[in-house]
Amino acid sequence: MQARKKYVLLGLCTCCWLLLFYWGGLQERLLALLTRRRGEVVRPWPDWLDRALLPGYAENAELQNGGGPGESPRQRRQAWASIYKNSHCRMDTCFDFGRCRGRDGFRVYVYPPEKGDRVSESYRKILASVAESRYYTSDPREACLFVLGIDTLDRDQLSTQFVPNVDERIRGYPLWNDGRNHVIFNLYSGTWPNYTEDLGFNVGQAILAKASLNTEHFRPGFDVSIPLFSKDHPQKGGERGWLLRNTVPPRRKYLLMFKGKRYLTGIGSDTRNALHHIHNGKDIVSLTTCKHGKDWEKHKDARCDHDNQEYERFDYQELLHNSTFCLVPRGRRLGSFRFLESLQAACIPVLLSNGWELPFSDVIQWNQAVIEGDERLLLQVPSTVRAVGVDRVLALRQRTQMLWEAYFSSVDKIVLTTLEIIKDRVYAHISRNKFMWNALPGGLVVLPEYSTHLAHYPFYYLNLGISPGQEFTAVIHAVSPLVSQSQPIMKLLQVVSKSKYCSQIIILWNSEKPPPHRSKWPPMPVPLVVTDGRRKVSTSSRFLPHVTIETEAVLSLDEDTVLLTSEVNFAFHVWQSFPERIVGYPPRSHFWDPVKKIWGYTSKWTNEYSIVLTGAAFYHRYYHYLFSHYLPPSLRALVDRTSNCEDILMNFLVSSVTHLPPIKVAQRKQYKDMPGPQSTNMAPWATPEHFNQRQDCVNTFASWFGYMPLVHSQLRLDPVLFKDHVSVLRKKYKDLERA
Amino acid sequence: VGFGLIMCASVKYSSRGPALIPRMKTKHRIYYITLFSVVLLGLIATGMFQFWPHSIESSPEWTLDRRSVHDAPLVKLPVSSPIPERGDLSCRMHTCFDVYRCGYNPKNRIKVYIYPLQRFVDEVGVPISSTGLSREYNDLLSAISDSDFYTDDVTRACLFVPSIDVLNQNSLRIRETAQALAMLPRWDKGMNHLLFNMLPGGPPDYNTALDVPRDRALLAGGGFSTWTYRQGYDVSIPVYSPLSAEVDLPEKQPGPRRYFILSSQTAIHREYRTELERLKEENGEALLLLDKCSNLSQGMASARKRCYKGQVYDYPQILQESSFCVVLRGARLGQATLSDVLQAGCVPVIMADSYILPFSEVLDWKRASVVIPEEKLPEMYTILKSIPHRQVEEMQRQARWFWEAYFRSMKAIGLTTLQIINDRIYPYAARTYEEWNNPPVVKWSSVSNPLFLPLIPPRSPGFTAVVLTYDRVESLFRVITEISKVPSLAKLLVVWNNQNKSPPEESLWPKIAVPLRVVRTKENKLSNRFFPFDEIETEAVLAIDDDIIMLTSDELQFGYEVWREFPDRLVGYPGRLHLWDHEMGKWKYESEWTNEVSMVLTGAAFYHKYFNYLYTYKMPGDIKNWVDAHMNCEDIAMNFLVANITGKAPIKVTPRKKFKCPECTAIDGLSLDQTHMVERSECINKFASVFGTMPLKVVEHRADPVLYKDDFPEKLKSFPNIGSL
Repeated sequence: MQARKKYVLLGLCTCCWLLLFYWGGLQERLLALLTRRRGEVVRPWPDWLDRALLPGYAENAELQNGGGPGESPRQRRQAWASIYKNSHCRMDTCFDFGRCRGRDGFRVYVYPPEKGDRVSESYRKILASVAESRYYTSDPREACLFVLGIDTLDRDQLSTQFVPNVDERIRGYPLWNDGRNHVIFNLYSGTWPNYTEDLGFNVGQAILAKASLNTEHFRPGFDVSIPLFSKDHPQKGGERGWLLRNTVPPRRKYLLMFKGKRYLTGIGSDTRNALHHIHNGKDIVSLTTCKHGKDWEKHKDARCDHDNQEYERFDYQELLHNSTFCLVPRGRRLGSFRFLESLQAACIPVLLSNGWELPFSDVIQWNQAVIEGDERLLLQVPSTVRAVGVDRVLALRQRTQMLWEAYFSSVDKIVLTTLEIIKDRVYAHISRNKFMWNALPGGLVVLPEYSTHLAHYPFYYLNLGISPGQEFTAVIHAVSPLVSQSQPIMKLLQVVSKSKYCSQIIILWNSEKPPPHRSKWPPMPVPLVVTDGRRKVSTSSRFLPHVTIETEAVLSLDEDTVLLTSEVNFAFHVWQSFPERIVGYPPRSHFWDPVKKIWGYTSKWTNEYSIVLTGAAFYHRYYHYLFSHYLPPSLRALVDRTSNCEDILMNFLVSSVTHLPPIKVAQRKQYKDMPGPQSTNMAPWATPEHFNQRQDCVNTFASWFGYMPLVHSQLRLDPVLFKDHVSVLRKKYKDLERA
Repeated sequence: VGFGLIMCASVKYSSRGPALIPRMKTKHRIYYITLFSVVLLGLIATGMFQFWPHSIESSPEWTLDRRSVHDAPLVKLPVSSPIPERGDLSCRMHTCFDVYRCGYNPKNRIKVYIYPLQRFVDEVGVPISSTGLSREYNDLLSAISDSDFYTDDVTRACLFVPSIDVLNQNSLRIRETAQALAMLPRWDKGMNHLLFNMLPGGPPDYNTALDVPRDRALLAGGGFSTWTYRQGYDVSIPVYSPLSAEVDLPEKQPGPRRYFILSSQTAIHREYRTELERLKEENGEALLLLDKCSNLSQGMASARKRCYKGQVYDYPQILQESSFCVVLRGARLGQATLSDVLQAGCVPVIMADSYILPFSEVLDWKRASVVIPEEKLPEMYTILKSIPHRQVEEMQRQARWFWEAYFRSMKAIGLTTLQIINDRIYPYAARTYEEWNNPPVVKWSSVSNPLFLPLIPPRSPGFTAVVLTYDRVESLFRVITEISKVPSLAKLLVVWNNQNKSPPEESLWPKIAVPLRVVRTKENKLSNRFFPFDEIETEAVLAIDDDIIMLTSDELQFGYEVWREFPDRLVGYPGRLHLWDHEMGKWKYESEWTNEVSMVLTGAAFYHKYFNYLYTYKMPGDIKNWVDAHMNCEDIAMNFLVANITGKAPIKVTPRKKFKCPECTAIDGLSLDQTHMVERSECINKFASVFGTMPLKVVEHRADPVLYKDDFPEKLKSFPNIGSL
């Protein structure tokens, strides 16, 4: 009986399990059901049973064949050149690269002005910028690019600046060649009521540098979108951005502001007519006025009177200063002045301009500086900007300033950026990458001919997570002939070569006498190179980009500099922390003379300085290149003519790039300073004439830069234990304290 | 009904129990009855789930069954069914894309819907595609459905991905495929639909975009030319190379390779091959020109072999032996070779005029490749030779990284495409250039300074002094009196950290010219000193202990001036150093007279208020709590934080003086001093492990006034009273 019971039980259990097994997947099913009930799906795309059997999308052979060799490339290129014209222009088909060959191939020619032509203020500035740039040529035969003398900025037929008959005139130019290699600048196109992008003449194969470009008409990689700027935009230099400090929390009084016209009719009115909806009178101020045009009262609606009243209550400038975000909606055209205005004011632009090809969009990453809104989603703008976090506001705001100062603050910069973008296309394999365009200090001061490698520049160490090299090259500028072994240069050579960071020494022999024989130089643990500069004795040659300099750091020295090895070592250590600045010993300062209304220069001991002399200074070798290739020949000629000021010019250059002062480090003795009145034969650098020259230099340089780039500093960097009351034995740089 | 029936049966069965098991005790009987009932109930439940599911589950199509592709429903296309218009070349996001479908979304993430698989056939039953669903497209769709982008709710979707496979145009019947697209239930002129195509065009003229008419659908295409690519609308994608899944090429260290230039493509036009051969003649061994093998024995996969003058090379392994690899256009612009080349860490030399490089909207190809106009092929060698070695190495690394992140699998390609579209729809939440382009190793070691703009803030707003105090009122008042003499002091904030005692009455506080505020804290925590109080209205904060009375007004004012020149750094008075203890194999804290500095104590330091935010809200790991629990090392934590985010060393100002601080006075004897040092060393090791690196930077300098200790009349110096003891 017991056994039977067992069998029955066993049988029943087996049955149950078999049944369960047959129906199977109970748990799985339960799970699926439960999750489905919560409205979620675990895995909606099925895991096919025959997944492994699915065919590949193409055979390996087919893929590697790449569609076969295709037609003859030569024929295809010829065919393209005839098909892709006008609105289909690309650099490959509408640009004659042959005109830009050679090392200095990128030359820009400006058509001479014609009699009776009126040129607008803005266009005059553009032409002046081209003519002053280092790419200008007056010879059309060597030109790679051509800029018209006819003012094409305003192509609104209703405008007083409209130039008629452009078509006929340009076709008469022998160089026109259907616009090949021409750049046409334009700010306004089309007219009431449609404001089309038509310029009123046939642009042909010319590159358009145009404001308010529409993405649909923009020929990618060919046209350049430029910002709309006013006729008061400065030619050079330009105002700095308004952001003086990074306040925390970064929010300003108003979150979002707009003050402008409301179009009652016509193109662009869709957006402008709706802007008042987001006004809340508290942190979002959106003010519109109906007053514009002659007959606005005809279209006047119920809102107008109240809106107009409210409009008068706020000041635009005040709003600009006190808003975190600024609405930049389209006007009749896509671009507007307020774009640059808010950029400068560090008021983060919120764009409502669908289809606008943003200025210099080829190279600038705009999403790091502006909020790109959508005209269709105007009502979402408040919640979008509210959701932007503290860190992001801080970053966006700083980026507006970086872009403003790098590319937009003057007509010079706008024109030069346009030219550089085209140049980067022409020499694509020696061009800046996106990082160079978007990181500080901006693309205009990064010359890709120097190097296309980021680590070769002084600006990007931190971004790349690397540090500057451990060695330097000493470059000694020698002008007096070698007559005795006790000359200062001998001592200097020994001192410098003893530094463990010194990898080579270069002597720039700039004396009329030939350089002495090798054996005359003292024996040294590092290689010595003597370059003979007699054929071309020039002061600026000390900053020639000598290919022999292999290290990132350069120690520039005058032959009569008196230094100690430990001073050199300490300064080099400091430079490694500040590789983008000049780190040196003797300081100088500039100041504004309010009476004479000029810049003054002083070598007196002061509590602050803005220049360190390059007679003894460390800096990155890139500045040699920048000095020789970025600065105009006129400034370098001035330096050569007077044999003076090259150090001031270098300080101007570096400070204009970094926006920061140089760094002075501790020094045992004051170098070449305060010549005592007792000294009878004054050195050339101590004469009053020399000093006046330097004062003139400061003013000449400031006018070329368009502003005063030099920045004052009040500090000096000393070794940590410098002159501390502690045993000298503990001090690494004890030599610095000896009298 | 079934349930009741079985219940009846079981009742009947149990009533028959005694007959079946006569001598069983009642207790046992109840036991067995219960057992059977449970088992039966279980069976019933199973039955219910088995037979009822169709009424519970909403969509019977996509259950979790592993099913065959051939089970997908068949759809017959009527001959007359509508054909979409050809793609509109003027389409842009603001004209052809319905942004309302995406809406405002707090996660800033688009929702993507995938159509269920259907098999389309024409009226006579011939399928529209010779391959049907391909493995690659299936992988792509599964990847999307597994991602955050996916939604199964068609009404909430922003983007629609058809399950019709159009990766390879050659396997499609153009007209019928177009009709099938138009039949999709949400097609609506192709609005918000995304098609993936890698091999566009067909012989002989090979169009550069998919020839299937597709209305306004977005196209993710491999092989766009600048004339077919709608910038900001289409997405340029790579041509996936299935070889990358077959062959495992481990990453090779960047550096010089055996060959300088390698050409591995098999279908190069005669004109170009002649050019390449001429280059080879001029430069010899540096170039290797491979072609397909003519006389391979049977069974060898010709796709995996290349030959040069009878010598056989393994492909793609041979790609790793060269610094540069040529990727020339064929009849098609997009080449699968590009993917192989990147995988091998070989720098691609791309010669395909007008080609839109894969993901060029976000990837900076100049850092990973060399693009040369086809016309300049003869100059290739000179151009490549002019690139610095270090840059070539970086490009090799970058090329490999691009492959790993964006080319490696269909999943990578698909999700990158969706991310790019996502970035367009939510541009304010878009990934940055650095996120897209920096390989992990660079991301890890580089810094992105939140205060990156070089600014020297104006002097006028001054600074806010924040004094942390517990109960040393007398000393506190002295500190307040001393600090109030500093010209640039704007406000004084006393953080009263004692919960048991109230701060002294208002009348007892020293009378000073600037506003003085007292904040009482809820808990006695060290981190209170770094809280971003609203009362701090200046950028510059001077953190100062309530016993630091030895700093002169000149020293403090000078410290503020130094901070203005370095607003993104800690600028402080007593400096400290971390050292690597070789014996113990860990970090050590050093406060002796050192020649170097890597930290400044926040017992007296200027810094930007932004770092208060960082300390309070963004401190990594558990450091903040750890500091509060140990009542120590808040200053070391601050130094770590600032150095880590800016990559810069702090600045120590002015000469060393006697500070009344725990480790330099040693009031309670040597032992306490030593414990203190041990604790501080522990902090450094703890923080270094949390940060995963040692962010502190060592420098050998400190800042002094320009004329410090110079032979110059003291009264003419701006800061004469510096360094007095």
